[in-house]
Amino acid sequence: MESNRQWIRQKPVDDVATALKRLQQGTEIQVENGKPPLVLVQDIPFGHKFALRDLPARAQVHKYGQVIGRATQAIRAGEHVHVHNLESLRGRGDLQRGETGVQDSSLLQG
Amino acid sequence: MLIDGYLREDGRIGVRNHVLVLPVSYEMNQIAEKIVAGAQGAVTFRNQHGINQAGDDLDQTLRVYEGFATHPNVYGVVILAWGHEPFDLARLVSRARAAGKQAELVSLTQVGGISHAVARGTELANEWLVTRDSVQRVQVPLANILLGTECGGSDACSGISGNPALGVVSDLLVTEGGTSILSETTELIGAEHLLAARAATPEIGEQVIHIVHRLEENAMKMGVDIRGAQPSPGNMDGGITTIEEKSLGCIYKGGTTPIQEVIEYAERPSKHGLVIMDTPGHDIEQITGMVAGGAQVVIFTTGRGTPTGSPIAPCIKVATNSATYLNMEDNLDFNSGPIVDGLQTVEENGNALFETMIAVLNGELTKSELLGHREFGIYRIGKSL
Repeated sequence: MESNRQWIRQKPVDDVATALKRLQQGTEIQVENGKPPLVLVQDIPFGHKFALRDLPARAQVHKYGQVIGRATQAIRAGEHVHVHNLESLRGRGDLQRGETGVQDSSLLQG
Repeated sequence: MLIDGYLREDGRIGVRNHVLVLPVSYEMNQIAEKIVAGAQGAVTFRNQHGINQAGDDLDQTLRVYEGFATHPNVYGVVILAWGHEPFDLARLVSRARAAGKQAELVSLTQVGGISHAVARGTELANEWLVTRDSVQRVQVPLANILLGTECGGSDACSGISGNPALGVVSDLLVTEGGTSILSETTELIGAEHLLAARAATPEIGEQVIHIVHRLEENAMKMGVDIRGAQPSPGNMDGGITTIEEKSLGCIYKGGTTPIQEVIEYAERPSKHGLVIMDTPGHDIEQITGMVAGGAQVVIFTTGRGTPTGSPIAPCIKVATNSATYLNMEDNLDFNSGPIVDGLQTVEENGNALFETMIAVLNGELTKSELLGHREFGIYRIGKSL
């Protein structure tokens, strides 16, 4: 488990990292030594995720080294990843009815 | 390792010595509260069910009552009934007595009305509150302990700090020969393949997959989007986005040992080690099921600071982040936030949580006990008839 106080990436294959404090837009995230840092393009609330790399729409998204859902739109590196751009693939009775689930923003807001 | 517990006649070990007033149907809730008001130190709970149930649903309710009436943390039980419940109350009393409990049935219709039921129940409870002190704690192996693990009001830190620390406790307990229950089937969706791979036999692995898929199919048949319930709005505010993400954080609670058994709601494990109980994600129904299954202690990780406890089992509340811990310290027993703060490793924090559990097993009261949190809820299968 790779860790510092600002953020955590659980497994090296993960597409997202979790903010361990509120991170401001413009914060530089040194994902890998010797490579240019990632720059956050939005504020990231405490406990929320940001993308570590560019993810195309419908890409499977990994955390804990496992699939946690699918991108509902293209997500840029450094962007906030949450219910507005990542959807669950499991237990989705609404998808069973032929809906994508993506447009239903009222549900996504919780 | 040894702890100080109450050795019961059936060979089980209690860590509390409760006099319980058990209302078997909701009609008896207020009468139960009046009895406890007149018998300081006795415990009770509010029951929403007990009648208008049938089949598997009724069996499950009875399994919960029997689990509570025979529980090792209970010294004596007043079984408080209206008298028209659809089950064999005499058998419930005899099962409690067979487990070595002081047990009597107080039936409203038999004792002649409410005031008589209050008087009789209060008399019994007060008598047992005195005689229970003749039972002393003795040194017993930690291997007798059944731990219920729970996460509720989860946030993104649950999978980083609280649940991995609880996983360390699960592993330490299992190493000592004890048993840890991982439950919340809804919160295994998306992580079941990892658990199945850890099953002690291929058959147990198939059972793990089966209970998760059965529950997921039920959600699908309802045609609902599971989001909103799992993860909940509070989970989402805390940073959890999908059920898969929540589940992958949840399963850390069970540590790393092989899964020895898959059991039904409120069923007693027959094996030692890590077992999975098929329960809903609903915190109170889930804790009730594990305690009915014999769990003498519950460790409950929470990112959002849930106040829940149990009527008869101490419930150790663990904050997953320091802000929640400081904000709700009156309700929380332990802080796993130092992991997030970079001040402790998961191993260090988990070892400290294990020591906290040992102190609670030996008699130290939890915050939920001090605050009188005694929530109870039975997981219903069917609809009320």
